[in-house]
Amino acid sequence: MGSGVAPYVLLLPAAAVIAAVLAYPLYFMVRLSFEHYGLFQLIRHKGEWIGTRNYAQIFHDGTFWHVVARTLAFTAAAVTLTMVLGTLIALLLARLHPWIRLMLTAGLIFVWATPVVVAAAIWKWMVDFEFGVMNWLLTWLHLGNFDHHDWFVNPWSGWGVITALVVWGAIPFVAITVYAGLTQVPRDLVEAASIDGARGWQVFKDVTVPLLMPVFVILISLSIIWDFQVFTQVWVMLDQNPGPNYTVMSIYAYQNAFGQSEYGLGSAIALVMVATLLVVSIFLIRQMVKARDEA
Amino acid sequence: MRPGRLGRFGLNALGVAVFLVMIFPVYWMVSTAFKPGRDLFANTPEWFPYHPTLSNFADAIHRANFWDAVMNSVIIATVVVALSLILALLAALALAKFDFYGRGGIIVLIIAVQMIPLTALIIPLSVVLAKAHQVDKLSGVIVTYLAFVLPFIIWTLRGFMLGIPRDLEEASMVDGTTRFGAFVRILLPLVGPGLVATSIFAFIQAWNEYIMAYVLLRDPDKQTLTLWLASFSTTRGTAWGPLMAGATLTALPVVIFFVAVQRRIAFNLTAGAVRG
Repeated sequence: MGSGVAPYVLLLPAAAVIAAVLAYPLYFMVRLSFEHYGLFQLIRHKGEWIGTRNYAQIFHDGTFWHVVARTLAFTAAAVTLTMVLGTLIALLLARLHPWIRLMLTAGLIFVWATPVVVAAAIWKWMVDFEFGVMNWLLTWLHLGNFDHHDWFVNPWSGWGVITALVVWGAIPFVAITVYAGLTQVPRDLVEAASIDGARGWQVFKDVTVPLLMPVFVILISLSIIWDFQVFTQVWVMLDQNPGPNYTVMSIYAYQNAFGQSEYGLGSAIALVMVATLLVVSIFLIRQMVKARDEA
Repeated sequence: MRPGRLGRFGLNALGVAVFLVMIFPVYWMVSTAFKPGRDLFANTPEWFPYHPTLSNFADAIHRANFWDAVMNSVIIATVVVALSLILALLAALALAKFDFYGRGGIIVLIIAVQMIPLTALIIPLSVVLAKAHQVDKLSGVIVTYLAFVLPFIIWTLRGFMLGIPRDLEEASMVDGTTRFGAFVRILLPLVGPGLVATSIFAFIQAWNEYIMAYVLLRDPDKQTLTLWLASFSTTRGTAWGPLMAGATLTALPVVIFFVAVQRRIAFNLTAGAVRG
Protein backbone atom coordinates (compact mmCIF):
# COMPACT_ATOMS: atom_id res chain seq x y z
CA MET A 1 0.00 0.00 0.00
CA GLY A 2 1.14 3.55 -0.61
CA SER A 3 2.61 5.62 2.12
CA GLY A 4 2.22 9.41 2.02
CA VAL A 5 1.54 11.22 5.27
CA ALA A 6 -1.28 8.91 6.44
CA PRO A 7 0.87 6.59 8.63
CA TYR A 8 2.55 9.54 10.32
CA VAL A 9 -0.80 11.12 11.12
CA LEU A 10 -2.04 7.83 12.56
CA LEU A 11 1.06 7.49 14.75
CA LEU A 12 1.08 11.07 15.96
CA PRO A 13 -1.32 10.94 18.95
CA ALA A 14 0.27 7.85 20.53
CA ALA A 15 3.77 9.15 19.80
CA ALA A 16 2.93 12.49 21.43
CA VAL A 17 1.77 10.84 24.65
CA ILE A 18 4.80 8.52 24.81
CA ALA A 19 7.16 11.40 24.05
CA ALA A 20 5.64 13.61 26.74
CA VAL A 21 5.38 11.01 29.51
CA LEU A 22 8.27 8.63 28.79
CA ALA A 23 10.85 10.19 26.49
CA TYR A 24 10.93 13.72 27.88
CA PRO A 25 11.06 12.63 31.55
CA LEU A 26 13.85 10.23 30.63
CA TYR A 27 15.85 13.13 29.18
CA PHE A 28 14.83 15.31 32.11
CA MET A 29 16.06 12.67 34.55
CA VAL A 30 19.51 12.74 32.96
CA ARG A 31 19.56 16.54 33.21
CA LEU A 32 18.27 16.56 36.80
CA SER A 33 21.03 14.17 37.82
CA PHE A 34 23.58 16.89 37.02
CA GLU A 35 21.68 19.58 38.90
CA HIS A 36 21.03 20.67 42.42
CA TYR A 37 17.25 20.57 42.51
CA GLY A 38 15.76 21.18 45.94
CA LEU A 39 12.53 22.81 47.12
CA PHE A 40 13.70 26.27 46.12
CA GLN A 41 14.51 25.07 42.59
CA LEU A 42 11.23 23.17 42.47
CA ILE A 43 9.29 26.37 43.11
CA ARG A 44 11.33 28.31 40.57
CA HIS A 45 11.10 25.41 38.07
CA LYS A 46 14.80 25.78 37.41
CA GLY A 47 17.69 23.64 38.56
CA GLU A 48 21.22 24.66 39.35
CA TRP A 49 23.94 22.93 37.30
CA ILE A 50 26.52 21.22 39.53
CA GLY A 51 28.18 18.80 37.10
CA THR A 52 28.87 15.33 38.45
CA ARG A 53 28.61 16.26 42.15
CA ASN A 54 25.48 14.15 42.69
CA TYR A 55 27.27 11.10 41.33
CA ALA A 56 30.38 11.82 43.39
CA GLN A 57 28.18 12.02 46.47
CA ILE A 58 26.44 8.71 45.75
CA PHE A 59 29.58 6.78 44.93
CA HIS A 60 31.31 7.97 48.10
CA ASP A 61 28.30 7.12 50.20
CA GLY A 62 28.68 3.76 51.97
CA THR A 63 24.91 3.42 52.32
CA PHE A 64 24.45 3.52 48.57
CA TRP A 65 26.66 0.48 47.97
CA HIS A 66 24.77 -1.43 50.65
CA VAL A 67 21.55 -0.51 48.91
CA VAL A 68 22.89 -1.71 45.54
CA ALA A 69 24.11 -4.99 47.04
CA ARG A 70 20.76 -5.51 48.81
CA THR A 71 18.83 -4.86 45.60
CA LEU A 72 21.00 -7.24 43.56
CA ALA A 73 20.79 -9.95 46.23
CA PHE A 74 17.01 -9.65 46.45
CA THR A 75 16.66 -9.70 42.65
CA ALA A 76 18.88 -12.77 42.32
CA ALA A 77 16.99 -14.64 45.04
CA ALA A 78 13.52 -13.67 43.85
CA VAL A 79 14.17 -14.32 40.15
CA THR A 80 15.83 -17.68 40.82
CA LEU A 81 13.04 -18.85 43.13
CA THR A 82 10.34 -17.61 40.75
CA MET A 83 11.85 -19.35 37.74
CA VAL A 84 12.67 -22.63 39.49
CA LEU A 85 9.34 -22.96 41.32
CA GLY A 86 7.37 -21.68 38.32
CA THR A 87 9.03 -24.19 35.98
CA LEU A 88 8.55 -27.05 38.46
CA ILE A 89 4.86 -26.22 38.76
CA ALA A 90 4.61 -26.08 34.95
CA LEU A 91 6.18 -29.55 34.68
CA LEU A 92 3.84 -30.78 37.40
CA LEU A 93 0.82 -29.31 35.56
CA ALA A 94 1.72 -31.33 32.47
CA ARG A 95 1.58 -34.57 34.48
CA LEU A 96 -1.62 -34.01 36.47
CA HIS A 97 -5.03 -35.52 36.07
CA PRO A 98 -7.07 -33.05 33.97
CA TRP A 99 -9.39 -32.18 36.87
CA ILE A 100 -6.55 -31.44 39.24
CA ARG A 101 -4.75 -29.52 36.51
CA LEU A 102 -7.84 -27.37 36.03
CA MET A 103 -8.06 -26.75 39.77
CA LEU A 104 -4.39 -25.78 40.08
CA THR A 105 -4.57 -23.54 36.99
CA ALA A 106 -7.63 -21.79 38.41
CA GLY A 107 -5.79 -21.28 41.70
CA LEU A 108 -2.79 -19.82 39.89
CA ILE A 109 -5.03 -17.45 37.96
CA PHE A 110 -6.61 -16.17 41.17
CA VAL A 111 -3.16 -15.45 42.60
CA TRP A 112 -2.06 -13.82 39.34
CA ALA A 113 -5.11 -11.58 39.35
CA THR A 114 -4.58 -10.38 42.91
CA PRO A 115 -3.44 -6.71 42.82
CA VAL A 116 -0.01 -6.15 44.37
CA VAL A 117 -1.30 -3.78 47.05
CA VAL A 118 -3.98 -6.32 48.02
CA ALA A 119 -1.40 -9.12 48.12
CA ALA A 120 0.87 -7.05 50.36
CA ALA A 121 -2.03 -6.35 52.72
CA ILE A 122 -2.89 -10.06 52.92
CA TRP A 123 0.67 -11.12 53.69
CA LYS A 124 0.98 -8.38 56.26
CA TRP A 125 -2.07 -9.84 57.98
CA MET A 126 -0.77 -13.41 57.73
CA VAL A 127 2.54 -12.51 59.44
CA ASP A 128 1.01 -10.07 61.93
CA PHE A 129 2.89 -10.49 65.19
CA GLU A 130 -0.22 -10.74 67.37
CA PHE A 131 -2.90 -12.55 65.41
CA GLY A 132 -1.13 -13.67 62.25
CA VAL A 133 -1.85 -17.21 61.11
CA MET A 134 1.83 -17.81 60.26
CA ASN A 135 3.08 -17.52 63.84
CA TRP A 136 0.32 -19.81 65.05
CA LEU A 137 1.06 -22.38 62.35
CA LEU A 138 4.81 -22.46 62.97
CA THR A 139 4.30 -22.79 66.73
CA TRP A 140 1.74 -25.53 66.19
CA LEU A 141 4.22 -27.40 63.97
CA HIS A 142 6.72 -27.17 66.85
CA LEU A 143 9.19 -25.22 64.74
CA GLY A 144 9.83 -22.96 67.68
CA ASN A 145 7.91 -20.48 69.77
CA PHE A 146 6.62 -17.85 67.38
CA ASP A 147 4.13 -16.32 69.81
CA HIS A 148 4.24 -12.53 69.21
CA HIS A 149 7.17 -12.99 66.85
CA ASP A 150 7.74 -9.84 64.77
CA TRP A 151 9.12 -10.90 61.39
CA PHE A 152 10.46 -7.48 60.50
CA VAL A 153 12.76 -6.93 63.47
CA ASN A 154 15.37 -9.19 61.92
CA PRO A 155 15.98 -7.96 58.34
CA TRP A 156 16.76 -11.49 57.13
CA SER A 157 13.39 -12.86 58.17
CA GLY A 158 11.74 -9.63 57.02
CA TRP A 159 13.27 -10.02 53.58
CA GLY A 160 12.25 -13.67 53.67
CA VAL A 161 8.62 -12.60 54.01
CA ILE A 162 8.93 -9.94 51.27
CA THR A 163 10.63 -12.44 48.93
CA ALA A 164 7.92 -15.01 49.63
CA LEU A 165 5.24 -12.42 48.81
CA VAL A 166 6.95 -11.34 45.56
CA VAL A 167 7.69 -14.91 44.44
CA TRP A 168 4.18 -16.08 45.32
CA GLY A 169 2.74 -13.29 43.18
CA ALA A 170 5.13 -13.95 40.27
CA ILE A 171 4.90 -17.76 40.08
CA PRO A 172 1.53 -17.97 38.25
CA PHE A 173 2.71 -15.97 35.22
CA VAL A 174 5.86 -18.09 34.89
CA ALA A 175 4.12 -21.42 35.54
CA ILE A 176 1.26 -20.81 33.12
CA THR A 177 3.52 -19.42 30.40
CA VAL A 178 6.05 -22.28 30.67
CA TYR A 179 3.19 -24.79 30.73
CA ALA A 180 1.74 -23.24 27.56
CA GLY A 181 5.21 -23.58 26.03
CA LEU A 182 5.50 -27.20 27.16
CA THR A 183 2.26 -28.14 25.41
CA GLN A 184 3.83 -26.96 22.16
CA VAL A 185 6.95 -29.12 22.44
CA PRO A 186 6.49 -31.79 19.73
CA ARG A 187 5.67 -35.19 21.25
CA ASP A 188 7.82 -37.15 18.79
CA LEU A 189 10.94 -35.23 19.84
CA VAL A 190 10.48 -36.25 23.45
CA GLU A 191 9.69 -39.83 22.45
CA ALA A 192 12.71 -40.02 20.15
CA ALA A 193 14.92 -38.87 23.01
CA SER A 194 13.38 -41.49 25.33
CA ILE A 195 13.98 -44.23 22.77
CA ASP A 196 17.61 -43.11 22.59
CA GLY A 197 17.74 -43.88 26.28
CA ALA A 198 17.43 -40.38 27.73
CA ARG A 199 15.77 -40.26 31.15
CA GLY A 200 13.50 -37.60 32.60
CA TRP A 201 16.05 -35.00 33.63
CA GLN A 202 18.10 -35.50 30.44
CA VAL A 203 15.06 -35.07 28.21
CA PHE A 204 14.21 -31.90 30.07
CA LYS A 205 17.77 -30.55 29.84
CA ASP A 206 18.55 -31.53 26.23
CA VAL A 207 15.17 -31.29 24.51
CA THR A 208 12.71 -29.16 26.46
CA VAL A 209 14.97 -26.38 27.72
CA PRO A 210 16.62 -25.58 24.36
CA LEU A 211 13.22 -25.54 22.66
CA LEU A 212 11.74 -23.28 25.30
CA MET A 213 14.81 -21.05 25.51
CA PRO A 214 13.04 -18.08 23.86
CA VAL A 215 10.27 -18.32 26.47
CA PHE A 216 12.80 -18.55 29.31
CA VAL A 217 14.73 -15.54 27.96
CA ILE A 218 11.55 -13.43 27.96
CA LEU A 219 10.45 -14.63 31.41
CA ILE A 220 13.85 -14.16 33.03
CA SER A 221 14.36 -10.68 31.61
CA LEU A 222 10.84 -9.60 32.61
CA SER A 223 11.36 -11.03 36.10
CA ILE A 224 14.64 -9.17 36.47
CA ILE A 225 13.05 -5.91 35.35
CA TRP A 226 10.15 -6.35 37.77
CA ASP A 227 12.09 -7.54 40.81
CA PHE A 228 14.97 -5.11 40.44
CA GLN A 229 12.62 -2.14 40.73
CA VAL A 230 10.58 -3.63 43.59
CA PHE A 231 8.89 -0.86 45.56
CA THR A 232 5.23 -1.39 46.36
CA GLN A 233 5.56 -4.68 48.26
CA VAL A 234 8.26 -3.30 50.56
CA TRP A 235 6.54 0.04 50.93
CA VAL A 236 3.13 -1.34 51.88
CA MET A 237 4.48 -4.18 54.07
CA LEU A 238 6.52 -1.74 56.14
CA ASP A 239 3.73 0.80 56.61
CA GLN A 240 5.02 3.25 53.97
CA ASN A 241 8.09 3.95 56.06
CA PRO A 242 10.74 1.24 55.50
CA GLY A 243 13.80 1.53 57.74
CA PRO A 244 17.44 1.46 56.58
CA ASN A 245 17.50 -2.35 56.43
CA TYR A 246 14.71 -2.36 53.89
CA THR A 247 15.99 0.29 51.48
CA VAL A 248 16.33 -0.98 47.93
CA MET A 249 17.37 1.27 45.03
CA SER A 250 13.88 2.43 44.09
CA ILE A 251 13.10 3.29 47.71
CA TYR A 252 16.47 4.99 48.21
CA ALA A 253 15.86 7.16 45.14
CA TYR A 254 12.33 7.90 46.35
CA GLN A 255 13.43 8.84 49.87
CA ASN A 256 16.17 11.14 48.61
CA ALA A 257 13.89 12.85 46.11
CA PHE A 258 10.65 13.17 48.05
CA GLY A 259 11.79 12.75 51.64
CA GLN A 260 14.87 14.98 51.52
CA SER A 261 13.61 17.08 48.57
CA GLU A 262 16.83 16.32 46.70
CA TYR A 263 15.39 15.66 43.27
CA GLY A 264 18.78 15.86 41.54
CA LEU A 265 20.34 13.32 43.87
CA GLY A 266 17.29 11.05 43.57
CA SER A 267 17.50 11.23 39.78
CA ALA A 268 21.17 10.27 39.84
CA ILE A 269 20.30 7.20 41.95
CA ALA A 270 17.44 6.31 39.62
CA LEU A 271 19.72 6.66 36.62
CA VAL A 272 22.32 4.36 38.16
CA MET A 273 19.45 1.95 38.71
CA VAL A 274 18.44 2.08 35.04
CA ALA A 275 22.08 1.61 33.96
CA THR A 276 22.62 -1.35 36.30
CA LEU A 277 19.45 -3.01 35.09
CA LEU A 278 20.51 -2.50 31.48
CA VAL A 279 23.97 -4.00 32.06
CA VAL A 280 22.59 -6.97 34.03
CA SER A 281 19.89 -7.80 31.47
CA ILE A 282 22.16 -7.45 28.44
CA PHE A 283 24.80 -9.64 30.07
CA LEU A 284 22.29 -12.33 31.05
CA ILE A 285 20.49 -12.39 27.73
CA ARG A 286 23.79 -12.70 25.86
CA GLN A 287 24.82 -15.57 28.11
CA MET A 288 21.54 -17.35 27.46
CA VAL A 289 21.68 -16.85 23.72
CA LYS A 290 25.28 -18.07 23.70
CA ALA A 291 24.33 -21.14 25.73
CA ARG A 292 21.61 -21.94 23.23
CA ASP A 293 23.90 -21.54 20.21
CA GLU A 294 26.47 -23.85 21.76
CA ALA A 295 23.89 -26.48 22.65
CA MET B 1 8.62 -41.86 31.28
CA ARG B 2 5.23 -43.18 32.39
CA PRO B 3 4.93 -43.02 36.14
CA GLY B 4 3.28 -46.00 37.79
CA ARG B 5 -0.09 -45.77 39.52
CA LEU B 6 1.51 -44.91 42.82
CA GLY B 7 3.72 -42.26 41.19
CA ARG B 8 0.69 -40.80 39.45
CA PHE B 9 -1.20 -40.63 42.73
CA GLY B 10 1.81 -38.96 44.36
CA LEU B 11 2.01 -36.33 41.61
CA ASN B 12 -1.69 -35.56 41.87
CA ALA B 13 -1.42 -35.29 45.64
CA LEU B 14 1.48 -32.89 45.14
CA GLY B 15 -0.66 -30.91 42.69
CA VAL B 16 -3.40 -30.55 45.32
CA ALA B 17 -0.81 -29.52 47.93
CA VAL B 18 0.63 -26.82 45.63
CA PHE B 19 -2.89 -25.61 44.94
CA LEU B 20 -3.64 -25.31 48.67
CA VAL B 21 -0.42 -23.41 49.40
CA MET B 22 -0.88 -21.00 46.49
CA ILE B 23 -4.55 -20.28 47.10
CA PHE B 24 -4.32 -20.02 50.89
CA PRO B 25 -3.52 -16.27 51.09
CA VAL B 26 -6.48 -15.47 48.83
CA TYR B 27 -8.72 -17.77 50.85
CA TRP B 28 -7.47 -16.21 54.07
CA MET B 29 -8.35 -12.73 52.82
CA VAL B 30 -11.91 -13.69 51.88
CA SER B 31 -12.54 -15.76 54.99
CA THR B 32 -11.14 -13.03 57.24
CA ALA B 33 -13.40 -10.50 55.55
CA PHE B 34 -16.47 -12.51 56.65
CA LYS B 35 -15.38 -13.18 60.23
CA PRO B 36 -16.61 -11.22 63.25
CA GLY B 37 -13.94 -9.56 65.39
CA ARG B 38 -13.91 -12.15 68.18
CA ASP B 39 -13.12 -14.91 65.67
CA LEU B 40 -10.28 -12.87 64.15
CA PHE B 41 -8.52 -12.46 67.42
CA ALA B 42 -9.01 -15.99 68.71
CA ASN B 43 -5.97 -17.75 70.12
CA THR B 44 -6.46 -20.62 67.70
CA PRO B 45 -7.32 -19.39 64.18
CA GLU B 46 -10.82 -20.12 62.91
CA TRP B 47 -10.13 -21.87 59.60
CA PHE B 48 -13.59 -21.16 58.28
CA PRO B 49 -15.96 -18.21 58.91
CA TYR B 50 -18.42 -20.20 61.03
CA HIS B 51 -20.21 -17.03 62.12
CA PRO B 52 -20.25 -15.13 58.81
CA THR B 53 -20.95 -11.43 58.99
CA LEU B 54 -21.02 -8.51 56.58
CA SER B 55 -20.03 -6.00 59.23
CA ASN B 56 -16.44 -5.79 57.97
CA PHE B 57 -17.71 -4.83 54.53
CA ALA B 58 -20.07 -2.28 56.06
CA ASP B 59 -17.20 -0.84 58.06
CA ALA B 60 -14.93 -0.65 54.99
CA ILE B 61 -17.57 0.98 52.80
CA HIS B 62 -18.42 3.57 55.43
CA ARG B 63 -14.81 4.57 55.96
CA ALA B 64 -13.79 8.07 54.91
CA ASN B 65 -13.25 8.49 51.18
CA PHE B 66 -14.18 4.93 50.14
CA TRP B 67 -16.69 6.08 47.55
CA ASP B 68 -14.38 8.89 46.37
CA ALA B 69 -11.70 6.28 45.83
CA VAL B 70 -14.07 3.98 43.95
CA MET B 71 -15.20 6.87 41.73
CA ASN B 72 -11.64 7.99 41.03
CA SER B 73 -10.45 4.48 40.22
CA VAL B 74 -13.41 3.90 37.91
CA ILE B 75 -12.91 7.23 36.12
CA ILE B 76 -9.17 6.72 35.70
CA ALA B 77 -9.48 3.13 34.49
CA THR B 78 -12.32 3.88 32.07
CA VAL B 79 -10.64 6.88 30.48
CA VAL B 80 -7.31 5.06 30.21
CA VAL B 81 -8.99 2.07 28.53
CA ALA B 82 -10.94 4.21 26.05
CA LEU B 83 -8.09 6.53 25.09
CA SER B 84 -5.42 3.84 24.95
CA LEU B 85 -7.54 1.72 22.61
CA ILE B 86 -8.20 4.58 20.21
CA LEU B 87 -4.59 5.79 20.12
CA ALA B 88 -3.16 2.27 19.91
CA LEU B 89 -5.56 1.22 17.18
CA LEU B 90 -4.45 4.12 14.99
CA ALA B 91 -0.76 3.54 15.66
CA ALA B 92 -1.03 -0.21 15.13
CA LEU B 93 -2.80 0.38 11.85
CA ALA B 94 0.08 2.55 10.66
CA LEU B 95 2.67 -0.01 11.76
CA ALA B 96 0.89 -3.06 10.38
CA LYS B 97 -0.64 -1.86 7.15
CA PHE B 98 1.66 0.86 5.76
CA ASP B 99 5.18 0.91 4.42
CA PHE B 100 6.86 4.12 5.39
CA TYR B 101 10.22 5.59 6.21
CA GLY B 102 11.24 4.94 9.84
CA ARG B 103 8.84 2.08 10.50
CA GLY B 104 11.52 -0.37 11.58
CA GLY B 105 13.01 2.15 13.99
CA ILE B 106 9.64 2.85 15.57
CA ILE B 107 8.95 -0.84 16.08
CA VAL B 108 12.30 -1.29 17.85
CA LEU B 109 11.54 1.77 20.00
CA ILE B 110 8.18 0.34 21.05
CA ILE B 111 9.90 -2.81 22.31
CA ALA B 112 12.74 -0.87 23.96
CA VAL B 113 10.37 1.49 25.79
CA GLN B 114 8.87 -1.48 27.62
CA MET B 115 12.27 -2.23 29.17
CA ILE B 116 12.41 1.09 31.06
CA PRO B 117 11.95 0.51 34.79
CA LEU B 118 9.00 2.79 35.40
CA THR B 119 9.80 3.16 39.08
CA ALA B 120 12.90 5.10 38.04
CA LEU B 121 10.77 7.59 36.12
CA ILE B 122 8.70 8.71 39.12
CA ILE B 123 11.05 11.49 40.10
CA PRO B 124 11.41 13.34 36.76
CA LEU B 125 7.78 12.62 35.89
CA SER B 126 6.50 14.15 39.10
CA VAL B 127 8.58 17.30 38.52
CA VAL B 128 7.40 17.56 34.91
CA LEU B 129 3.75 17.04 35.89
CA ALA B 130 4.07 19.56 38.72
CA LYS B 131 5.28 22.12 36.18
CA ALA B 132 2.24 21.32 34.05
CA HIS B 133 -0.05 21.77 37.11
CA GLN B 134 -1.10 18.12 37.09
CA VAL B 135 -0.57 17.35 40.78
CA ASP B 136 -3.73 16.21 42.58
CA LYS B 137 -5.53 15.96 39.26
CA LEU B 138 -6.82 12.75 37.75
CA SER B 139 -5.72 13.94 34.31
CA GLY B 140 -2.05 13.76 35.30
CA VAL B 141 -2.39 10.15 36.42
CA ILE B 142 -4.46 9.27 33.36
CA VAL B 143 -1.90 10.56 30.87
CA THR B 144 0.86 8.75 32.78
CA TYR B 145 -0.92 5.40 32.70
CA LEU B 146 -1.73 5.98 29.06
CA ALA B 147 1.96 6.16 28.22
CA PHE B 148 2.70 3.13 30.41
CA VAL B 149 0.19 0.86 28.63
CA LEU B 150 0.39 2.17 25.05
CA PRO B 151 3.57 0.37 23.89
CA PHE B 152 2.27 -3.07 24.88
CA ILE B 153 -1.18 -2.44 23.39
CA ILE B 154 0.21 -1.09 20.11
CA TRP B 155 2.49 -4.12 19.90
CA THR B 156 -0.33 -6.60 20.55
CA LEU B 157 -2.82 -4.99 18.17
CA ARG B 158 -0.19 -4.80 15.44
CA GLY B 159 0.29 -8.55 15.85
CA PHE B 160 -3.44 -9.12 15.39
CA MET B 161 -3.54 -6.91 12.30
CA LEU B 162 -0.55 -8.61 10.70
CA GLY B 163 -2.45 -11.87 10.88
CA ILE B 164 -5.21 -10.55 8.65
CA PRO B 165 -4.66 -11.42 4.99
CA ARG B 166 -4.32 -8.45 2.68
CA ASP B 167 -6.58 -10.12 0.13
CA LEU B 168 -9.51 -9.63 2.47
CA GLU B 169 -9.10 -5.88 2.52
CA GLU B 170 -8.40 -5.67 -1.18
CA ALA B 171 -11.43 -7.78 -1.98
CA SER B 172 -13.64 -5.43 -0.02
CA MET B 173 -12.13 -2.41 -1.76
CA VAL B 174 -12.80 -3.96 -5.13
CA ASP B 175 -16.38 -4.28 -3.96
CA GLY B 176 -16.40 -0.52 -3.79
CA THR B 177 -15.74 0.31 -0.15
CA THR B 178 -13.28 3.05 0.63
CA ARG B 179 -10.16 2.41 2.60
CA PHE B 180 -11.87 3.64 5.76
CA GLY B 181 -14.83 1.42 4.98
CA ALA B 182 -12.51 -1.54 4.66
CA PHE B 183 -10.99 -0.70 8.03
CA VAL B 184 -14.33 -0.55 9.79
CA ARG B 185 -15.89 -3.56 8.08
CA ILE B 186 -12.98 -5.96 7.78
CA LEU B 187 -10.23 -5.07 10.22
CA LEU B 188 -12.24 -3.99 13.25
CA PRO B 189 -14.23 -7.23 13.69
CA LEU B 190 -11.11 -9.34 13.16
CA VAL B 191 -9.11 -7.32 15.68
CA GLY B 192 -11.99 -7.66 18.17
CA PRO B 193 -10.42 -10.35 20.38
CA GLY B 194 -7.23 -8.28 20.54
CA LEU B 195 -9.26 -5.25 21.63
CA VAL B 196 -10.91 -7.22 24.42
CA ALA B 197 -7.59 -8.58 25.70
CA THR B 198 -5.76 -5.25 25.55
CA SER B 199 -8.60 -3.26 27.10
CA ILE B 200 -8.58 -5.58 30.09
CA PHE B 201 -4.79 -5.27 30.27
CA ALA B 202 -5.14 -1.47 30.38
CA PHE B 203 -7.93 -1.68 32.95
CA ILE B 204 -5.91 -3.89 35.28
CA GLN B 205 -2.79 -1.74 34.99
CA ALA B 206 -4.72 1.44 35.73
CA TRP B 207 -6.74 -0.16 38.55
CA ASN B 208 -3.73 -1.73 40.31
CA GLU B 209 -1.11 1.01 39.94
CA TYR B 210 0.17 2.37 43.20
CA ILE B 211 3.42 4.37 43.13
CA MET B 212 2.57 7.04 40.55
CA ALA B 213 -0.79 7.62 42.19
CA TYR B 214 0.90 7.74 45.60
CA VAL B 215 3.25 10.49 44.40
CA LEU B 216 0.77 12.50 42.36
CA LEU B 217 -2.48 12.26 44.34
CA ARG B 218 -2.01 13.53 47.89
CA ASP B 219 -5.44 15.06 48.42
CA PRO B 220 -7.60 12.43 50.25
CA ASP B 221 -10.60 12.86 47.96
CA LYS B 222 -8.48 12.50 44.84
CA GLN B 223 -7.07 9.10 45.84
CA THR B 224 -7.58 5.77 44.13
CA LEU B 225 -8.65 2.48 45.71
CA THR B 226 -5.10 1.11 46.00
CA LEU B 227 -4.04 4.25 47.90
CA TRP B 228 -7.11 4.04 50.11
CA LEU B 229 -6.27 0.42 50.87
CA ALA B 230 -2.57 1.00 51.52
CA SER B 231 -3.28 3.78 54.02
CA PHE B 232 -5.68 1.58 55.97
CA SER B 233 -3.49 0.91 58.97
CA THR B 234 -3.63 3.93 61.20
CA THR B 235 -1.80 4.94 64.34
CA ARG B 236 -4.33 3.03 66.39
CA GLY B 237 -3.30 -0.22 64.77
CA THR B 238 -4.78 -2.16 61.90
CA ALA B 239 -8.42 -3.12 61.66
CA TRP B 240 -7.75 -6.44 59.95
CA GLY B 241 -11.36 -7.43 59.30
CA PRO B 242 -12.36 -4.27 57.45
CA LEU B 243 -8.95 -4.18 55.74
CA MET B 244 -9.48 -7.66 54.30
CA ALA B 245 -13.03 -6.70 53.29
CA GLY B 246 -11.63 -3.63 51.51
CA ALA B 247 -8.93 -5.76 49.89
CA THR B 248 -11.57 -8.21 48.66
CA LEU B 249 -13.60 -5.38 47.16
CA THR B 250 -10.51 -3.88 45.49
CA ALA B 251 -9.48 -7.20 43.98
CA LEU B 252 -12.95 -8.23 42.83
CA PRO B 253 -13.24 -6.33 39.51
CA VAL B 254 -9.71 -7.28 38.51
CA VAL B 255 -10.28 -10.96 39.25
CA ILE B 256 -13.49 -10.99 37.24
CA PHE B 257 -11.94 -9.37 34.18
CA PHE B 258 -8.76 -11.35 34.50
CA VAL B 259 -10.38 -14.75 34.65
CA ALA B 260 -12.39 -13.80 31.58
CA VAL B 261 -9.35 -13.13 29.44
CA GLN B 262 -6.11 -14.64 30.77
CA ARG B 263 -6.06 -17.78 28.63
CA ARG B 264 -5.68 -15.72 25.49
CA ILE B 265 -2.87 -13.49 26.81
CA ALA B 266 -0.67 -16.33 28.04
CA PHE B 267 -1.18 -18.29 24.88
CA ASN B 268 -0.28 -15.40 22.57
CA LEU B 269 2.97 -14.74 24.35
CA THR B 270 4.25 -18.29 23.98
CA ALA B 271 2.76 -18.96 20.56
CA GLY B 272 4.86 -16.17 19.12
CA ALA B 273 7.96 -17.00 21.12
CA VAL B 274 8.20 -20.72 20.41
CA ARG B 275 7.55 -20.33 16.73
CA GLY B 276 9.98 -17.45 16.35
